[in-house]
Formats: sequence, structure tokens, C-alpha cells
Amino acid sequence: MAILQVRGVSKRFGGLQALNDVNLSVEEGHVHAIIGPNGAGKSTLLNCFVGKLDPDTGTVMFDGKSLLGIKPYEINQIGVSRVFQTPEIFADLTLLENVLIPSFAKRDGGFKVNWWPRVDRERVVRDHAESVLEEIGLYDKRDEVAGSLSRGDKRRLEMAMCLSQDPKLLLLDEPTAGMSRADTNATIDLLKRVGEARGITKIVIEHDMHVVFSLADKISVLAQGTVIAENTPELIKGDPRVQEAYLGGPQE
Amino acid sequence: MKLISQPGPKTDFSMLLLFTIVVLTMPIWLAPIGAGYPDLVQKFAIYGLFATGFNILFGLTGYLSFGHAAFLGVGSYTAVWSFKLLGMNPVPAVLLAIVTSAIFALLIGYISLRRTGIYFSILTLAFAQMCYQLAYSVLTPITNGETGLRVLQSDPRILDGVITSQTEDGGPLITNFFGIDMTKTWETNIFGIDVQLNAGFYFCAFFLILGSYIAMRIFRSPFGMMLRGVKTNQNRMNYTGVNTRPYTLAAFVISGAYAGLAGALLCVTDPLAGAERMFWTASGEVVLMVILGGAGTLMGPMLGAGIIKYFENILSAFNKSTLEGMLGFLPENMLDGTISVLSLFVGEGWHLTLGLLFMVVVIFLPGGLVEGAKSILLKLTGGGSKKSASAQAAE
Amino acid sequence: MDALILQMMNGLDKGAAYALIALGLTLIFGTLGVVNFAHGALFMMGAFCAVVMQKILTLSVKVKDESITFFDAYKEVPYLETWYGETGSIIIDWAVPLSILLTIPVMMLVGYIMERGLIQYFYKRPHAEQILVTFGLAIVIQELIKSMFGANPIPTPAPEMFSGTAPIGSWFGLSENIVYPWWRIIYLIFSLTIIGMCFAFLRFTTFGMVVRAGMNDRETVGLLGINIEKRFTIVFALAAVVAGLAGAMYTPILSPDYHMGMDFLVLSFVVVVVGGMGSLPGAVAAGFLLGILQSAASMTEVKEIIPGIDQIIIYLVAVVILLARPRGLFGLKGVMED
Repeated sequence: MAILQVRGVSKRFGGLQALNDVNLSVEEGHVHAIIGPNGAGKSTLLNCFVGKLDPDTGTVMFDGKSLLGIKPYEINQIGVSRVFQTPEIFADLTLLENVLIPSFAKRDGGFKVNWWPRVDRERVVRDHAESVLEEIGLYDKRDEVAGSLSRGDKRRLEMAMCLSQDPKLLLLDEPTAGMSRADTNATIDLLKRVGEARGITKIVIEHDMHVVFSLADKISVLAQGTVIAENTPELIKGDPRVQEAYLGGPQE
Repeated sequence: MKLISQPGPKTDFSMLLLFTIVVLTMPIWLAPIGAGYPDLVQKFAIYGLFATGFNILFGLTGYLSFGHAAFLGVGSYTAVWSFKLLGMNPVPAVLLAIVTSAIFALLIGYISLRRTGIYFSILTLAFAQMCYQLAYSVLTPITNGETGLRVLQSDPRILDGVITSQTEDGGPLITNFFGIDMTKTWETNIFGIDVQLNAGFYFCAFFLILGSYIAMRIFRSPFGMMLRGVKTNQNRMNYTGVNTRPYTLAAFVISGAYAGLAGALLCVTDPLAGAERMFWTASGEVVLMVILGGAGTLMGPMLGAGIIKYFENILSAFNKSTLEGMLGFLPENMLDGTISVLSLFVGEGWHLTLGLLFMVVVIFLPGGLVEGAKSILLKLTGGGSKKSASAQAAE
Repeated sequence: MDALILQMMNGLDKGAAYALIALGLTLIFGTLGVVNFAHGALFMMGAFCAVVMQKILTLSVKVKDESITFFDAYKEVPYLETWYGETGSIIIDWAVPLSILLTIPVMMLVGYIMERGLIQYFYKRPHAEQILVTFGLAIVIQELIKSMFGANPIPTPAPEMFSGTAPIGSWFGLSENIVYPWWRIIYLIFSLTIIGMCFAFLRFTTFGMVVRAGMNDRETVGLLGINIEKRFTIVFALAAVVAGLAGAMYTPILSPDYHMGMDFLVLSFVVVVVGGMGSLPGAVAAGFLLGILQSAASMTEVKEIIPGIDQIIIYLVAVVILLARPRGLFGLKGVMED
């Protein structure tokens, strides 16, 4: 069953047709990679899923609900979490607090003046947040300030923040950008481990083909704002249109 | 490796207990430095409360309001109106002031919080100036303009005589807490120190302790953590399923209500409200109190308020002759010059000192005194803290 | 009708002052990224340059008053008059326009010192801290002026020649009742000239091009290897001079006192916000617009309908505009929109 259905999405910025009639369907539990050369419209497409941009035409349905015209926080509340290209974390807070905030947001909704109980007495939420940190391997650093982490750890923390919400759909915007080979492999392992354990649907935007082919169940290739191919990794590898987009296309 | 962790409930409880004792004994331990008299300790309590409330907005969410004096003024006017209409009991005055200023804060905050950063600061400043102008001229029937609003013998004061026996006609109108005059002062001698215990001060101190307790709960609660999240990374908050605007609005209203309460308390011993309380300098002053003590720390704002009010009190009372008295030891030819330079900073010129203090704090101590003290402590204990960090990590 | 035209014209010179201050604020914010709460203080310092000029020109010597013969009387006669007689009196009369000569170097120096001594350390610090430190500086300047010149407004008249009114109405074939003080006309022309010079400077010089490019994209300009820091200093000094000149020439319209800076600052910020943060034409247009609106609202006819509207009209307009069009009248899409 497709959990995310994108139909006929187009977006124009002035004279630039960023997205042109994009169709996409993401199966529940799958890892769906979106690849394509620079400027193909990958990030624009992702922004259409999280309420940052509204497309000019087309529909985006998630789990039977439209994602268009509603605010980012509402989209998160119905089960879509996002990992950014440059990690967006709470740099001044501790790691534990970084994970506690999304956990409370999950429990309490978009807004609640929950001013009486003490955070340290909220055992259920704390245990949950600590277990997520444990799972992601950052438990030992839980009382450190997030801003002092290494780039790789920041990314892992951001993933922990998203996972603590038990999202139905996780969007990953170049999760291994700027990482060393070792960190990249660790991230792949992590995504596989966590993904398999929870069965979260994931959309991954990635340049690194190594990452794409080790993770993806399905790949969509975007070029000049259009999906030129959508298939399993094996078949994408041999697709001449994809090779042209990457090697001989007008982009390069 | 930098570590932070919130104190546990036990630490907080002992902190609050200590704070309560410190506040209640202020008239005693401040007496030796000449700051124990009722008028001043009351100011410490009131402005401490004002700053504590402001810190809930600025310290937690990072939204810098330049218009909180407006709520202080609204609180004062409401309180005096309560005295005029309902009677001289301060309890309804305080409650009404909290409600009215919260409503004002809701309106102003709703509009101002549509923007962030500098825009927000300018909007709040504009709103406060608007309130000041209105109070000063247009709304004279409500505020009594330049002269200020005071209680008159001819006012209805419908509850007086019902709850409390009012003083005989013709005497000065004094706020009265179920039979206790708020201006009442008991003079005793404790450990050889002459001490003045004032009813009005204890009334204010009660609210200061209550206000600090509520602030502490907010700081330690999920709500407070959300507010700190807004300060650190609002973008992430939005993508984390948090609707940030009502959070900031809630913080704005709470801090506005604190300001209104402080404004009402200013009228408890001296039932008089004037527009100058709403002027932008008053808004600036509370910002200074908070950053001097340390924005985002629990006790910092209280400390900042105390320091500023103390020095204001001392320095603004100085004049040329007191300076001459103090500097009498200087040789004649240096005396005149020194005095003319120093007199710039005292008496009327106290605001110059305030402005300089403002700059010095922002330039050299942006974290405030509490943060400064912490980092000095950390340096002194140097290696120790690192050890405890790894110990904690290993546990 | 006449009254309306008159009030609109009265608003023009107030608007011109707002526009000049807002122009400087926008320049500083756009290029340096600094919110300068001390900008009103610069306006005030300019005004006090005029006061100082007047004081210098009227430095007096005590001479025996010959007209009184039955006892020894002394009177103060300005040196200029004892030296140059009639010409000296005229120079004194022209103190305010002459103060431009003093204002430009003084404000340049003030701007230079402020930027090098304080502002440059705040480029990378949060806006809140910039606001706070310049706010503190504004208080310091204000209090120093107060202790030097006292708390009362100091009258600084315009030259005799411009003290009357111009029959504007009859020039344009309108009612004879429409008259307008000559000095206000001068002020208006002066302000428009300054604004014109600023725009020309930014448009036609290489320096101006770099500054405008910097306002659009600071990082890229920095990457081009252009020494942006040095230009920041010049921009700041320029903004200080503009504000100072606006203040100096404004003194015949409003006798300067120590808190005029803050009064104008708050309104000028509103002007900047209404015009659109970072937009120079927006700052100018909004300055005039709000000046005229304020004047129109202080007409008795308007005040009868809505009492006190003149005190708050500017804030009301600002609130409405910010709600309806968050980026201000001329603000670019996406620039400082939150």
C-alpha cells in the first residue's frame, strides 16, 4: 500500500520550472531514494512534503490526508519527521533535552501549557527518550551540550530526535553529506537497523550512490524537475535514461 | 566537554527554602548597609518580581520586549482604580491588576509576536510608547494625565466598611489588608541592629516568593523546556510538531501578568499611579536587571534588580556636598576636579551610570553575573569538574 | 481644505527628518547588519552642534555700556560684533546654517569613533545584544548632553531672513491663507538634496555599488576580496553625518533638548519597519508618509472625531501595515520577513 502519493506536482520559481508534473508513490515500510543531478528539484520536492512550499498544481496525499496548505508542525503531528541537510538541533540544550522536546511534542500535541510537572518526574517520556539515545548510541553523552558534538554525532542526534516521535514517514535530506566513509557506513548500518526494527517508511535524498544502493528498496530519478525513471535499484542501474541524465545530460 | 544538567527536585526545594528565608529576613541583613528600610526592601521585592517575570519571556524564549513597562503601568492604574471603586484592600487590586495586564499582554503580544527578532522589539517598543502617550494625554479621564491617578475621599470604595473598618473620615487613605495598614512598620532590635519590619514589604515578599516558585516550576517543566527550544532553534521546533506561536504568546502573557502584579504592588503602600512608569526607560531598566543578573537563570534577575535598585537609591541620593564629605581627604587642588567628574554620575546623573553599566554588562558580561560567577567557579575548580563529568558519564 | 493643505505641508518637514534618520538606520542595518538604537542620539548630537555653533559665535566680551552714564554698567558683546560690527551680527544670525560646517566633521568623527570603538565588535553578536549596547550608548549620550546643556530646550532661531512665511497659496493660485514658514521650505529642500545626494552616491559611485551589493548579499561581497570592513566604517560615518545634518537644520523648527533623540528614534524605527527593512526608497517614502499622516491627524477637525488620534496614528498605521504586509511597503520578498 502506498503511504505517500504524489500526483502531478509542479512548481515554478519565476522563469525556472523547478518541478514539472512529478508523480511518486512510496510504499509503506520501504526505503525510497530520490536521486538526480544538482538542480534537479530534489530539495524542492522534499519541501513540498513538509509544508515549507506549496506546489502550484498537484496533490500530495499522506496516509489518506493532504499535506498541502497545512503548517510544518501539523505535518509533523500526523507522522512525518525530517532530517535536514545541515543538522537542525537545539545547540544550547543537552542531548537528552534535544530528544525530550520531540517526545513531549509527540505526547502533548502542538501546544500545551504543561507548566506544573517537573521534566525529571516525567518518567515515561524520560525513559523513552533515554532508550532512543541508547539505541542510537549517544546515551553516554546525554548530559552534554548538543552544540559541542561532532558533525556526525549531530546528525545522529537529529535522527534520534526524529525517531523518538515514532514517525510513519522519515524524510532524510542527504543524511551522509560531508561524512567520512566510516561515518557514512555507520549511518547506513544505523538506518538499516532502526528501519528494520520499526518498519518506518523512509524517503532518502542522496548523492552518494553507495548509500543509495545499500539502502533503497526503490529509486526515483529526478532530472530537470521530472521523474525520468522509477524502479528497483537493480533495474535503475542499467537504465540508459538515468545514465544519460547523470553522464550526458544537458545538466553537466 | 561542556556539561549542563538541571538541578533535581531536592536541590530546588532547598534553594527555594533558602530564598524564602533570605527574602523574609531582608530588612534585617540589609540594615547594616543602610538598605533595610521599608521603602527600599519593598522596591527590591517588586522589581525582583518584575524582572523574574520578564525573564520568563526573554530568558527562556529569547524574545526581547522593549515594552514591558506598559504592563507595569497598566497594573498600577488598575490597582488604583480598584482602590477607588472597591476599597483600600490590596487583594482585589492585585488580582484585578494581574487579569487586566494579562489581557493587555494578550492583545499586544498577539500582534507583536507575528514577527521575530528586531521587528518584535520595535513593535513592543512602539506599543509601549503608544500606551504611554495614551495614558499621558488622551485617556486623562482614566489616568488623570500628568498629575497621576490617586484615591480620593469622595470615591465610592464600596467594599470599605463591609470587610474592613476604614479609618475615620478625613484621615489619609491607607491601603488596608483585612485590618492591617500596609504602611504599618514595627521597629525592633535584633542582635543589636535596629530593624524596621513593614507590613507592605511582607505583602510584596509573599508575592515575590510565590512568583519565584511559579517561575521555578515553569523553568523545570516541559513547558519551560519548549520555550528554551524556541530560543535555541525555532525552525527545528516547527519541524518537531510544535506550534511555536502560542508558546511564545503564553510566555508573553505570563511575563505581562508578572509586570502587572509588580505594578499593583508599587501602589500598595503608595496608592498613586503615573504615566512615567510606562516610559521606555522603565522598559529598558528591567532588561538591564535581567541581563545584569543573567538572562535565563532563575535567581539572576532578582539579583540584578536588587543591585540596580540599591545603587539607584544610593547614587541618586548623592549630591555635591555628600561627595565633598566623602572625598575630604583629597588635596584641595584635586578635590574640585574629582567632584565635578563624579557628580556627573550621581544624583540627577544616575542615569548616566545606568547607561554605562548597561554597556559594560553587554560588552563584557553578556551572560550576566550568575553565568560569570559560574565560569569563575569552573576555572577555580578546573580539573575537578572534568573528573565529575566523566564520573557522571560512567555511572 | 486650506487647513488640510497647511497641515500636510507641516507634516513634510517632520517627515523629512524621519526620512533622513530612517535612511541612516536602513543603511546601517542593510550593510552592517546592526540595529542602531543610538541613531536618534546622533540626530540629537547634530542638533546640539547647532547649539554649540551658536554658542561659539556669540562668545562675548564684557564691555562698558556707554549708553548708561550715571553708573558703570557693563554689557556682553559678542567678539564677532566687536571685531566686524554689522557683518559680525549677520554671521551670528546665520548660526544654524553655518553649523553645517561644524556638524559634518564632528559627526564624521563621532561616527568613526562609534563604529571603530564599539559597533565593529558587535557585527557577529546577536541582534538583542546590538540593541542593548546601542541602547545603553544612547542613554549615555543623552545624559552627557543633559549634564552639559541642561534639561531645558535651547532656542536656536533661523536667520532673520527666513523668519517670515512664504505665501505658498498665492504662488499656486490657491487661497492666500496658505502660508508656510520660509525655514521649513529651506529644510525640505535641504533634506531632499541630502536624500538625493545619498542616492546618487550609492548609485553612481563604485563605492555605492559595493555598498548596495553588500546590502543584497554580504557574504558574496566579502568573498570577492573587497575590504568590506573599511567600507562599513565609511557607511556608518555617512549615516551619522546624515542624521546629524538632519538634526542641526531641524533646530529652528524644534528647539533641541536632551530627549529629542529618543523621541525621534522610536518613530524612525516605526518608519523603517513600515517602509520595509533594508529598503532605502521605502525608508524615505514611509518617512514622508508618516510625517504627513501625523500632521493630518493633529488637525482639530480630525481630533474632534477621534480624540488623541494624533498621538498614536503612526503606531496604528505601523501595526496595520505589519499585519497586512509583513515586509513593509517597499520591502523585498524574503528579506527579513519573519
